[in-house]
Amino acid sequence: MVANVETIDQVRAVTEQKYKYGFFTNIETETAPKGLNEDIIRFISAKKNEPTWLLEWRLKAYRHWLTMAEPNWAKVGYPPIDYQDAYYYSAPKMKEKPKSLDEVDPELLRTYEKLGIPLREQELLAGVEKPAVAVDAVFDSISVATTFKAKLQEYGVIFCSISEAVEKHPDLVRQYLGSVVPYSDNFFATLNSAVYTDGSFVYVPPGVRCPMELSTYFRINAENTGQFERTLIIADAGSYVSYLEGCTAPMRDENQLHAAVVELVALDDAQIKYSTVQNWYPGDAEGRGGIYNFVTKRGACRGRASKISWTQVETGSAITWKYPSCILQGDSSIGEFYSVAITNNRQQADTGTKMIHLGRNTRSTIVSKGISAGRADNTYRGLVKIQPKADNARNYTQCDSLLIGDRCGAHTVPYIECRNRTASVEHEATTAKISEDQMFYCQQRGLSQEDAVSLIVNGFCKEVMKELPMEFAVEAQKLIGISLEGSVG
Amino acid sequence: MLEIRNLHVSVDDKPILKGLDLTINAGEVHAIMGPNGSGKSTLSYVLAGRDGYEVTDGTITFDEADLLAMEPHERAAEGVFLAFQYPVEIPGVSNSSFLRTAVNAVRKHRGDKELDAMEFLKLIRAKAKQLGMSDDMMRRAVNVGFSGGEKKRNEILQMAVLGPRLAILDETDSGLDIDALKIVADGVNALRAPNRAMLVITHYQRLLNHIVPDHVHVLAHGRIQRSGGRELAEHLEANGYADFGSAEAA
Repeated sequence: MVANVETIDQVRAVTEQKYKYGFFTNIETETAPKGLNEDIIRFISAKKNEPTWLLEWRLKAYRHWLTMAEPNWAKVGYPPIDYQDAYYYSAPKMKEKPKSLDEVDPELLRTYEKLGIPLREQELLAGVEKPAVAVDAVFDSISVATTFKAKLQEYGVIFCSISEAVEKHPDLVRQYLGSVVPYSDNFFATLNSAVYTDGSFVYVPPGVRCPMELSTYFRINAENTGQFERTLIIADAGSYVSYLEGCTAPMRDENQLHAAVVELVALDDAQIKYSTVQNWYPGDAEGRGGIYNFVTKRGACRGRASKISWTQVETGSAITWKYPSCILQGDSSIGEFYSVAITNNRQQADTGTKMIHLGRNTRSTIVSKGISAGRADNTYRGLVKIQPKADNARNYTQCDSLLIGDRCGAHTVPYIECRNRTASVEHEATTAKISEDQMFYCQQRGLSQEDAVSLIVNGFCKEVMKELPMEFAVEAQKLIGISLEGSVG
Repeated sequence: MLEIRNLHVSVDDKPILKGLDLTINAGEVHAIMGPNGSGKSTLSYVLAGRDGYEVTDGTITFDEADLLAMEPHERAAEGVFLAFQYPVEIPGVSNSSFLRTAVNAVRKHRGDKELDAMEFLKLIRAKAKQLGMSDDMMRRAVNVGFSGGEKKRNEILQMAVLGPRLAILDETDSGLDIDALKIVADGVNALRAPNRAMLVITHYQRLLNHIVPDHVHVLAHGRIQRSGGRELAEHLEANGYADFGSAEAA
């Protein structure tokens, strides 16, 4: 018996060390009572000193949510979620909101350090090795720090937590919040509208090219806590911003819900590049634990010749359900979606995009790379919709799936609705396996089995990886290797 | 350097090699010739450690170590290199980054410092030029869209850069026109060295006009049937493999 327990522990240690972000930060938190009702929403709103219109908006969303049913069309399976059995607000205890980084709890700074997220401006500024990246760090329900705010202000760029934006720039928030993803949009987005706790806010003024990469780093730490963040990015006429989001969570045996909403608005000639490296805890090899990542991301190309580009590398989460989309409203606007989704062990991913062509000469490109290993299921689901006024709209879609082993699945579900005869829509799809020839060739040149898989998969994903900002591409490459460890042999 | 004793190998339970003996010393070039289906490629795959080739009896010793106990990538790191008859395509991976990954994997195994991009470039530039390989070929994905000749030159480049102790060339001449054959042979000859052995596997004598072997062996019915010098190859060219019977008859 003893031997048995030891073996189990050893196996656990081996499988778990692969997820190096699985630690838990012991920090005093302030938590709202468990469960979901109007009082909890009032509590969250009061915590944030929100104006009445916002509280009303939340309550409207909540009441609408009560009438909605959880969607079940995705190719994912999970036991019913008890929405009353979770905490909707958990925040590190702070006497007062820290005014500068020096006032942030050192334990929190250490957490981000461990995660490799730089939150110290001086060191970054001094050691000009890497280009500086401004970071908004979201810990459970609230934003704990935003770096480089002052420097960005020189350019008129607003980068802060959305709670702060509500206080300081209420008009902007009121104008755009829910304008891309309305509160009634879908089950999870509506839930988010009711209970969202924090997130990032970006506004880039006309003609400004944001001088550095902006990024938000999401960390779920507390137990039984859902993270519902809301991100709003507005690129005013002729501006440009590149934004990156990263995420991790401790390893826990129970599942945790992450239901975020991201809204992007690009006005005339503006460009938003939004990249995600999603590495939520995926659960263990048997499928215990892990994050349910049910996210609504949508961008509106409102202006002429505006452009929104989504790039995502999805390696984590027990279940991923997300479809970063573009509404191509402005004439000649451009939407892009580049995605790598890796599922191993018991992970499930149902992900893709929606490209809604409304304006003339709108163009969209979709490149999706799905990789399945172990007993995982990976689905690409995408909609290309060409509306009657979208003359000369063009879409190109390429969906490639790669299978590792023979117990995993890959599925491609493209929906195409074309209502304009001048439009052209192309769809290509392939499914392949890593061949024994490729493996042997790499191994004969000195690569271990796992390095060979990582190399071949990185090659398979190359078209997407090259869209990532340089600083993150290397990280993402390593991540792909790590997520597939143990997938062969 | 390489000692093969009484080697028996089956593929899908079908015996292919049936008691093969072969000794190769450092600095020597050996040629193995034989009719189709005699087990030539099987021998190269067994040496490299490919899955699906089951050794049912016998031993292979490489530099005093038990080669059969090693994983394929360990054999590569110890200096066993196989130039493939059909080099494999790896889409999306540039030829130069593939080669750098390989070089660094091998260096790491040997306890050497890994090379950065600049050091690596220095290492390969002259060698690539010798083989007539352009920078463009180094940037393209591994073997993707390469002509037959380009693929074989690429194999020889990898060999030159990895600097193996034992190089196995499996039907390297197949699919090459005479000019490409010359370039490849020159590349191989440039790598002949006192501390390096080569095993050239070929069906035709033609290649051996360019890569002159010290020893020639005839493989048929799963065993070495005859060994000799270069003249044995010429004899085969004149008389074919008729003396040894067809493989099918075995």
